[in-house]
Amino acid sequence: MFATYLRRELTNRRKQSIIIAIGMALAIALVIVVNSVSAGVKDAQAAVLKSVYGVGTDITVTKPAQAPGQGTTANGPGRGRFDFGADSGDADSSTGSREVHQSRLESRPDAPVMASSALTRAKSVTGVAAAAGVLSLTNSTFDGTLPNFQQLREAREDRGGSGAAASTPAPTGGADGAGGSSFTVSSFSVLGIDPAGSDVGPLSATTLAKGRAFTKSDTGKHVAVLDTSYAKAADLALDDTITVGGTDFTIVGLVSASGSDATTASNVYVPLDVAQTLSGNAGKISTIYVTAASADDIAQVKTALEKKLPSTTVSTQADLASTVSGSLGSAGELVAGLGTWLSLIVLAAAFLIAILFTISGVTRRTREFGTLKAIGWSNRRVVGQVAGESVVQGLIGGVIGIAVGLIGILVVNLLAPTLSGTLGQNSTADAAGRLGRLGGAAGTTGAGGASAGGFGGGGAFTGAGPGGFTRQAAASTDVVLNAPVTLWVILIAVGLAVLGGLIAGAIGGWRASRLRPAAALRSVA
Amino acid sequence: MYTLTNVTKTYVQSKRTITALKDVTLAIPDGQLVAIQGQTGGGKSTLLQMLGALDRPSSGEVLLADAALSALPDRKLAGLRAREIGFVFQGFNLIPTLSANENVETALAPLGLARAESRQRAAEALASVGLADRGSHLPAELSGGQQQRVAIARALVKQPRVLLADEPTGNLDEETRDEIMDLLEGMWRDRGLTLVIVTHDSAVAKRAQRRLHIKHGTVREAA
Ligand SMILES: Nc1ncnc2c1ncn2[C@@H]1O[C@H](COP(=O)(O)OP(=O)(O)OP(=O)(O)O)[C@@H](O)[C@H]1O
Ligand SMILES: [Mg+2]
Repeated sequence: MFATYLRRELTNRRKQSIIIAIGMALAIALVIVVNSVSAGVKDAQAAVLKSVYGVGTDITVTKPAQAPGQGTTANGPGRGRFDFGADSGDADSSTGSREVHQSRLESRPDAPVMASSALTRAKSVTGVAAAAGVLSLTNSTFDGTLPNFQQLREAREDRGGSGAAASTPAPTGGADGAGGSSFTVSSFSVLGIDPAGSDVGPLSATTLAKGRAFTKSDTGKHVAVLDTSYAKAADLALDDTITVGGTDFTIVGLVSASGSDATTASNVYVPLDVAQTLSGNAGKISTIYVTAASADDIAQVKTALEKKLPSTTVSTQADLASTVSGSLGSAGELVAGLGTWLSLIVLAAAFLIAILFTISGVTRRTREFGTLKAIGWSNRRVVGQVAGESVVQGLIGGVIGIAVGLIGILVVNLLAPTLSGTLGQNSTADAAGRLGRLGGAAGTTGAGGASAGGFGGGGAFTGAGPGGFTRQAAASTDVVLNAPVTLWVILIAVGLAVLGGLIAGAIGGWRASRLRPAAALRSVA
Repeated sequence: MYTLTNVTKTYVQSKRTITALKDVTLAIPDGQLVAIQGQTGGGKSTLLQMLGALDRPSSGEVLLADAALSALPDRKLAGLRAREIGFVFQGFNLIPTLSANENVETALAPLGLARAESRQRAAEALASVGLADRGSHLPAELSGGQQQRVAIARALVKQPRVLLADEPTGNLDEETRDEIMDLLEGMWRDRGLTLVIVTHDSAVAKRAQRRLHIKHGTVREAA
């Protein structure tokens, strides 16, 4: 009887059933899509983190980044400055201009250095399973031609003296309008890592594409491992030579990010001790990668590390995930904020619709339920009938909602939006600060270099190319969003649909249980 | 069958107290056909509710055979209604979404019969009221007289000892009224039912063995 009655009610009162089911379906579909997309965003954030920090990194320890403008002690004030004395470069005998090539390797402003004793102390913290220290560096290369300032000055004095056209041909302006100088400034990121290898750290998330990985015997050697995409962009191959900090390194291996389309943490990897020596950071590291012995201990390990290593920043994966910015960060915020609220509101609306329709249904069927009670139906049977109808309506809505939700997820995955994640503490401000600093450095350098030669117009190239700098220096990673479908999401959706039906059914059933059987005798329907 | 002793029923509505039944003492023997008449608001339906275990008196005692309806808990009253008492209403009160056969089956639901048996008994009950071929029809597809026949089948399918009818012909034309009364009288005679019919219609009341008259909650035997 229960099933027959229920089926008849659902099919013969189709309008009400459809409205309740549609409301529930919408809500469930939204919950599924939001849930799945937010899981996808989380996966993407994890991929970004993994590509930068490596597999198995639970915690990182860094020195807080300094505010722009404050110089670091490692290189003294005026970091990023290229100094060209009168004798720098090779003089071209015919024109007197100089070919200048300078390569500088220095620590990054967003990754200040600390003594490597911090690593030993970190390893001594209980709950730390493994720890590795790396040195984050930027290699900037200045490549170009400077005019023969001596000749320029003479030419000018000649003109002033005679008032006539110069007898010696003055150097023609270069591409940058700076009077005979032309140059390029480029940079790439360099990571000094322990060649003996470690299970934790940036290289643990990479796969060897070509050549070999570092071994213990690489300590002190001028060998480098390159990111595959960087090597391709820089037109470098295995066994080629790359100049890092003015020193030639042999490329012994190429690595690419495993499991995702992301690039790896750095453009170039070199043995830690070599990086320390070349950048003037002997005995210094910039980041410590820590693996906790158990995933449950991470919070305690973090606290212990903070105690052991004061004046450092200790970040867990969760802390780090919140530093992923860029379109990935926006997507994360959108899903977490708007998506969650929207699905909550629609869910509440769907529940409300189900409850109101059930109540109005019970009210409309007062005489019907009164009659059933009058002919001997127990309260429980009547309540069960009302609740059963609501739960089944909710379930139908849930099933439709799951179907719609899965289609929604399919659409998301077919569109496969590419999200770009930028990592770093307060990444935007940091990048802007770095941009400003590099621009300022280039300006100072240009003006300084020119005045050294006595040439006043040299400031023209201020700010040239810092955009390129910044983009390369920031750890930006592209990840394709893939919204996963988990059994959990489906179960939660079904659970919510049943819950909605149960709430509506309980309220409707409560109303029905309070109906007096004598209501059957009311003459008006 | 019934013994009512000093039954009073009052309804409290906001501040007013309405006495629907006033100190009613009454006995109805097994197998009697009783008609209850009286003006609107006199307390006919209220009396039927007492007999039908739909409500408890404010004071006094109602006995159905040996069961004190006035003292039993709701659950027991529901069980009693399910087994012993059949109801027929003025407005038929069929479930609009269920077919005739399914409507009759609703009366068997509390008895926990096997599905096949329940269906079989419902079909037999429908046949006994002359609607063997209408089992699959919805109430809306049946005439008023046919709907009341389905309601009578529903009331009798559980083979109760008592049949209570509140204005069973009130919504029917005269010809149909007589058909329904013939049917009820036939059932009463064949099954040895105790049949109580509330009616405005003296043509209906005339068929009863005994006629009661209610005015302002007080019952008296009519001539
Ligand atoms: N649930 C209730 N709440 C309050 N008052 C009620 C209730 N049920 C009945 N009454 C009142 O009790 C009195 C008797 O009502 P009852 O329905 O028994 O009359 P009736 O004789 O059946 O009338 P009718 O011929 O119109 O059906 C009336 O005054 C009615 O207003
Ligand atoms: Mg009445």
